[in-house]
Amino acid sequence: MTQPIIRLSGLDKFYGEFQALSQIDLDIQTGEFFSLLGPSGCGKTTLLRAIAGFETLSSGSLHIDGVSMEGVPANKRPTNMVFQSYAIFPHMSVAENIAYGLKARKLPKAEIKASVAEAINMVGLEGFDDRASHALSGGQRQRVALARALVLKPRVLLLDEPLSALDKKLREQMQSELRRLQRAVGITFVLVTHDQEEALTMSDRIAVMFDGKIEQVASPQILYGKPSTRKVAAFIGMMNFLDAKVLTTSGDNLEVEVQSLGKLTLPLEQATGGLDGCNSVGVRPEMLTILMGSQTSEREIEAEVTEVYYYGDMTYYDVKLPAKEDPITVTMRNTAGREVLEVGAKARVGWSTSSLLLLK
Amino acid sequence: MRGKIGFFKWFIGFFLLFLYGPAILLPVFAFNASSIVSFPLSGFTTEWFSVLLTNGTLHVAARNSLLIAVTTAIFSTLLAVLAARASTRFSFFGRRSIMGFVMLPMVLPEIIIGVSLLVVIIQMGFELSLWSITMGHILICTPFCIAILSSAFMNLDKSLEEASFDLGQTRWNTFWLVIFPLVMPGIVASLLIAFTISLDEFIIAFFLAGTEPTLPVYIWGQLRFPAKLPGLMALGTVLLLVSIGLLLIADFFRRRGIRKTGIENTGGFL
Ligand SMILES: Nc1ncnc2c1ncn2[C@@H]1O[C@H](COP(=O)(O)OP(=O)(O)OP(=O)(O)O)[C@@H](O)[C@H]1O
Ligand SMILES: [Mg+2]
Repeated sequence: MTQPIIRLSGLDKFYGEFQALSQIDLDIQTGEFFSLLGPSGCGKTTLLRAIAGFETLSSGSLHIDGVSMEGVPANKRPTNMVFQSYAIFPHMSVAENIAYGLKARKLPKAEIKASVAEAINMVGLEGFDDRASHALSGGQRQRVALARALVLKPRVLLLDEPLSALDKKLREQMQSELRRLQRAVGITFVLVTHDQEEALTMSDRIAVMFDGKIEQVASPQILYGKPSTRKVAAFIGMMNFLDAKVLTTSGDNLEVEVQSLGKLTLPLEQATGGLDGCNSVGVRPEMLTILMGSQTSEREIEAEVTEVYYYGDMTYYDVKLPAKEDPITVTMRNTAGREVLEVGAKARVGWSTSSLLLLK
Repeated sequence: MRGKIGFFKWFIGFFLLFLYGPAILLPVFAFNASSIVSFPLSGFTTEWFSVLLTNGTLHVAARNSLLIAVTTAIFSTLLAVLAARASTRFSFFGRRSIMGFVMLPMVLPEIIIGVSLLVVIIQMGFELSLWSITMGHILICTPFCIAILSSAFMNLDKSLEEASFDLGQTRWNTFWLVIFPLVMPGIVASLLIAFTISLDEFIIAFFLAGTEPTLPVYIWGQLRFPAKLPGLMALGTVLLLVSIGLLLIADFFRRRGIRKTGIENTGGFL
C-alpha cells in the first residue's frame, strides 16, 4: 500500500485529568472519504482539531504526507477545515470570504480572481459573489465554507458535522453533493459525524469511536454486515441480541448454545471480532422474516407479536421469543399481498444460521 | 387594562420631564435677554453666546478638557482592548480576581481616588499638571471601557479566529483582518464613553488640577459670580448639543456594525 496521507500513532489527549483521546492508531489513505463516527462526547471533534493543529497532543505522533506535524501550527499545515458553525467572516462578501486564504498566500490579484470564480462555480454559487455573507441561507453558507477551504487545494479537508445545521431535505442533497465534490477534486476528506446514516452513505471507510477510543475501522458494508463488537453493532443500525455461549470449537466450526434458538453450529468467521469473550449473538431485524401461510425458511421459531409500528413501506414488529424476556425486532417490507399482523397474534419467525454474528 | 396603560403613560411622561426638564432650561435661559436667571423671560438675545467667543480663559479650559478627554479616550480604550481580549480568550491564574481589581475604580468614590492620587503625586515629587488629571481619568474610565469591550469580544465567535488561522493567515493579521473589524463598534462606543466621562468629570480634575483648570472646574469657579450665570447657560447649551451629537455618532456606528454583521438589532439609544 502507498504511504497514508494521515498517520496517527499512539495518540493521547488529556484535558487536565480527563482523557479525551486514548491510544489512537489510524491510517487514512490518499483520496479517501473517511468518516469519524461516534456518539456525542466521544472525542471526534477533538481528534479532528488535533489533525488541524488546534489541539496539542498529550502524547503520540501525527504525520501528514509522511511529515511529522509536531510543532507545525495550523496555518502551516496542508489541511483546511470546514467548521460546524461554518465560521463565515460576517463582514466580508462571499467572494472576499473565498479569497481570504489566497490573499494570505499573497498570490497575484488576477490569479486570486480566477481561482475564486472557479470555486464559486464548483459549489454552485454563481451570481452570489458580492452577496453579504449574513444574507445567505444555511445551505449557501455551507457552500461558501466549502469553497473557501477547497480553493486552497489542501491535501486534506476536515469537516466537523458540516450538515448538522441543515434541515433533512437539504442535508440529503448536500450529502450527495459533498460526495460528488470529493470525487471531482480528489482531495482526502475527513468527516466528523454522529449520524450513522450519513457516514454509511458517504464514506469509503469509517472509524467508529467510543469514549476516546477507536472501536473499529472498516468500510460501510463491513461495519454494518460484520461489526466486530456488540457496541459497534448496536450503534450502527438496529441489531437484536441473544445470549450465547460457545460450547466447543472444532476446526472452522463452533458449537454454540443460543438463547431461544438452541444448540447451533456456526462457522468461525461469523465470530467477527474473534472468539475471546463472545457472549452474545446478533441478528439484524431485516434478516428475520415473519412467515405467512405456507412460507418456509431454513429455520423457524414460534413467537408472539407484542408491538406493531407501521411505516407505510415497512412494518416493524416487536416479537417475544420463548425463553427470552425482552422482545426482538423484525422488519418486513410491505410487499403486495402481505398482511400486517396485529398485537397479540402468533407469528412464525424465519431465520438462518448464516445471518447470525457471534459478538463480544 | 386601559387604566393601566394610562398610568404608564403618565409615569413615563413625569419620568422624562424629571430627567430632561432641567436640561431644557439651559437653552431657554441661554437665549434670555436678562442677566438674572429667573422667570418671566424678558426677550431673545444671542449675546451670551458671543460672550463665550471672546472669553480667553474659557477657551483655555475648553482646550484643556478636550486634550484630556481625547488622550483619556485613546489610552483607556487601548488598555481595555488588551484587558478584554485577555480576559475573554485566555485563561490564566487568578484571572477573576485580577479582573475584579481592574474593575474596582468603577465603584470606588471619586473623591477617594482624587485624594489618594493627589497624595501619591505630591509624595513622588511630581508637579500637578494636565497629565496628572489625565492619569486619574484613565484610571476611572478604563473599567467602563473594559465592560463595553468585554461584551464585544465575548460575542465574537472563536471559530472565526480559528478559521482565519486555518486558512493560512498569521495571528497578527487575523487580529487586524477579522477581530478588529468585528469589535469596531465596541471600540467606537468605548472611545465615546471614555471621552464623555472625562469631559465632564469634576472631582478628580478639581483635586489634580494645578494651575490649568478643565471646563467643569472653570464652570464651578464662575458660579460665584451671578453675572456670569447666563454665559454658563450658553456654555451648557453648547455642551448639551455636543453630547447629543456624540450620542448620535455612537448609535450610527452601532447600527452600522449590526448591519454589517447581520446580528439582530436589540437595545441602543434611538
Ligand atoms: N477544552 C476542553 N476542556 C476540557 N474538556 C474538553 C475540552 N474540549 C472537549 N472536552 C471534552 O472532551 C470530550 C470529547 O469532546 P469532543 O468535542 O471531541 O466530542 P465530540 O465527539 O465532538 O462530541 P459532539 O458530537 O457532541 O460534538 C468531551 O467529553 C468534552 O467534554
Ligand atoms: Mg463535536
